[in-house]
Amino acid sequence: MRGVVIGVALGLLLELTGRVLAAESSPPRVIKMTAKKFEYSPSEVHIRKGEHVVLERKHGFKLPELGIRADVPPGGTARVEVTAEKAGRFPFACDVFCGDGHEDMTGTLVVDP
Amino acid sequence: MQFDRRELMKLLGLGGVVLGSGLPGFSLAASKGKPPEDFMFLQLSDSHWGFSGPPNPEADKTLKETVQAVNASKLKPDFIVFTGDLTHTTDDDALRRKRMTEFKAIVSELKVPKVYFLPGEHDASLDKGQAYQENFGALHQSFVHKGVHFIAVDNVSDPQGAVGDTQIDWLKSELGKLDKDAPIVVLTHRPLFDLAPAWDWATADGAKVLSVLEPYQHLTVFYGHIHQENHRTTGHINHHSAKSLMFPLPAPMSVPKKAPVAWDPQHPARGLGYREIDLKDKGKAVTLEEYDVKGGRV
Repeated sequence: MRGVVIGVALGLLLELTGRVLAAESSPPRVIKMTAKKFEYSPSEVHIRKGEHVVLERKHGFKLPELGIRADVPPGGTARVEVTAEKAGRFPFACDVFCGDGHEDMTGTLVVDP
Repeated sequence: MQFDRRELMKLLGLGGVVLGSGLPGFSLAASKGKPPEDFMFLQLSDSHWGFSGPPNPEADKTLKETVQAVNASKLKPDFIVFTGDLTHTTDDDALRRKRMTEFKAIVSELKVPKVYFLPGEHDASLDKGQAYQENFGALHQSFVHKGVHFIAVDNVSDPQGAVGDTQIDWLKSELGKLDKDAPIVVLTHRPLFDLAPAWDWATADGAKVLSVLEPYQHLTVFYGHIHQENHRTTGHINHHSAKSLMFPLPAPMSVPKKAPVAWDPQHPARGLGYREIDLKDKGKAVTLEEYDVKGGRV
């Protein structure tokens, strides 16, 4: 298990835990995201093509090009499993209006070849 | 389908965009009321009263100047509709109400018989429409004007940008009273179709709403939210977004990160404005004209 925790000022915390797995049968890497107004940090999240990950977030999250959208229950966490089938840059955004600066809550999932 | 308004104007050789079909088959019974008459109304949108920042150094003036321009123009609209984001959002409930009070005072100067309001997410998402309803009334509504049916859909008081099944049932009920060829205008804040979901320019359950609207053959949608003029068609339904009265935004997905277009001191208020909408041919021919905030035709 390799864990990476990326904390930021303003309280936005993106916690990456888990591991990049060689075996398909291994559990997916879990990317835990606790967002705070009004930005994602880092604004780019990198995964590898073919990698199976779980995204956990406490903020609205829509990644339309990969068909990902998660409702977030009040005080709860959204959990979405995704396997990156193709390399590329895929924009994501907060889709739950959270106040002034909501429009700035965007980022990119980068699937490296 | 996407089309450029100016290109279409050239193709049609018209001073405005005629987007209604005027197809045969209309009967007076379709409206189940008075025969539709020609009339005109104005769409104003996204005034974001209370905003301050570099995207508009004249933020405390633009709305007031627009009101003056409308009053000074030769246009005689039957009514004006504001399609949301009347005020800029704030976490402070008292400040939100103060901004709404100030906004109402400014637009009360408009010399028109009637002004209709719709909420935007900046007005209504954080408190699920509580302050908005105190100040402006219902979050969704319908009315009939000179035989044309107007339906204002709320896709913002749910912070996830959904209309919701309860309101969709109401929408079905409203439309169910009408013949399929009745002239209908739908007003809303966010696009009902997936214009740019990665920029949150969509309605969460917009596909469900559009499936309810689709059977109606003379239905046009006017919305705001994206701070620019945009014209799209889904099926046979035309969707027209309006400019903002605070700051413009870039074309959908045209830049890596959505952000207001920078204020240009050489061309102040560029990209801001309002719209004239003419309904003719028994409400089925829709013609648009765009104006800047000084009242000049764009």
